[in-house]
Amino acid sequence: MDIYLPVAEVSLDIFILLGLGAGVGFLSGVFGVGGGFLLTPLLILIGVPAPVAVASSANQLVGASVSGVLAHYRRGNVDFKMGFTLLMGGLAGSVLGVWMFTLFARLGQIELVISLCYVILLGVLGTMMGIESVRTILRQRRPGAARRRLHRHTWMHGLPLKTRFRRSQLYISALLPIGLGFGVGVLSAIMGIGGGFLMVPAMIYTLGMPTSMVPGTSLLQIIFVAANVTLLQAYTNHTVDAVLALLLLVGGVVGAQFGTRFGTRLRGEQLRFLMAILVLAVAAKLARDLTLRPSDLFMIPTDNRL
Amino acid sequence: MVSARRLALALLGLVALQPGPACAEVVVADLSSHLIAITTGFTGASVVLFGATDGQADVVAIVRGPERDVTVWKRGKVAGIWANTDSVTFANIPAFYAVAASGPLNDILSPAAATLYKIGTDNLRFEPRSSTDPEKASVFANALIEVRKRAGVFSPSHQKISFLGDKLFRTTFYFPANVPTGTYLVEVFLVRGKDVVGGQTTPLVVSKVGVDAAVFDFAWRDAFAYGVIAVMMAVMAGWLASLPFRNT
Repeated sequence: MDIYLPVAEVSLDIFILLGLGAGVGFLSGVFGVGGGFLLTPLLILIGVPAPVAVASSANQLVGASVSGVLAHYRRGNVDFKMGFTLLMGGLAGSVLGVWMFTLFARLGQIELVISLCYVILLGVLGTMMGIESVRTILRQRRPGAARRRLHRHTWMHGLPLKTRFRRSQLYISALLPIGLGFGVGVLSAIMGIGGGFLMVPAMIYTLGMPTSMVPGTSLLQIIFVAANVTLLQAYTNHTVDAVLALLLLVGGVVGAQFGTRFGTRLRGEQLRFLMAILVLAVAAKLARDLTLRPSDLFMIPTDNRL
Repeated sequence: MVSARRLALALLGLVALQPGPACAEVVVADLSSHLIAITTGFTGASVVLFGATDGQADVVAIVRGPERDVTVWKRGKVAGIWANTDSVTFANIPAFYAVAASGPLNDILSPAAATLYKIGTDNLRFEPRSSTDPEKASVFANALIEVRKRAGVFSPSHQKISFLGDKLFRTTFYFPANVPTGTYLVEVFLVRGKDVVGGQTTPLVVSKVGVDAAVFDFAWRDAFAYGVIAVMMAVMAGWLASLPFRNT
């Protein structure tokens, strides 16, 4: 059954949209990421104009993250102080990101920028996570092998504004989470993602947070960054399709609840290995599209939004 | 919907004031509907054009969508990646264009008349917004026609207008699901001796109606309030969805 999306201005099958939302929601529950990095490219693939896909995904993310945070909160796995510190950087970053989005759209390069961002980020991250998780799994098979040192002192620990994050058992500079939030905020506006797939590994490896606290805390700040992106995109570019977002949400929020339960049964490194494979698969697909000769050398970007 | 209808009425007035191509010979025509309403389940629409001539003649009809500036991008390979490398912006290109005729266009119409009345996609005027090498402009103009034909908003070839007897004619125009909104003009030309000897213009409005129109208008008119509501709706949906799972 086809449904007409008023802002995207295309007719799409309602069951495909619901299924897409449910699938991505499930993954988001399992991995503690918003799932935007899968949702946006998939929406573009089924015919939603790229700018609308980016903005509506951000809208959908708000709801999916609320649902996810509530599930994690009940297990006591949300570090509010860390979440709001990340958020300060995230809000500033998303303002810059939406501005850059408008600029690239005017230059006719936004679709390329979106794809390039995905390929580079997903490729690098997937590789890193894959290597790390395989190493961990192998190390566990050889019980006598050397363990990672608990605390390694690097330049990051010399930064000012040292703050104690009790729930995460950390005493680090507040500049680290703020900077991380800022970078992810920029990307979240350009790519229509909450940035969970960036945030989660960064929180584990750079900040050194306990893995159990990471998904809930990451989702907490995604709620606000995604809400900010939705508002700014709606106001600046008029590209938020609320009907599309609502359909994705209906499937997504339910999927996220099941995903969260499924995720607690898997072990951390197994989870990270699965996610690495997923991330690399999406990156490979997008990279192929970028280098493949397009079927038509000419295109009219505004034709999707007449 | 109300505003669309008002627009249509205003346009009817304008058209009546404009002198037709020639007033001596007469063709009358009308559409089965003057409004294509885009609703939630919209998958395209057909509109029947019917009319009568004052005797044996050929008839050509064109449907033109609202005119807008259009930027065509050409992709090129930059460092192994396909990117938009070159563009030409054309002024006032109709968003939709379809032709119907009672016979092969080249046989029933002289090239001069076809050019004058912009009949056929080849006779549309492509004027670049900034000064462009004419050869390049024509390459981009042809590309524009090709892209639009593939999207179904420029008719690939002219459709057949069929006659019932000597005077009555009819044809069906098809509008795909991605039809651009706006006010369209349906021009009917009476053709004798390879020249246009009479004509009539009828407006056709393509408009979103109902909930979709309301959402679209809201998204543009009160963009900020729309954004706030979109966010609140998402938060509510997220909260509602987590309720059934609360006690597990």
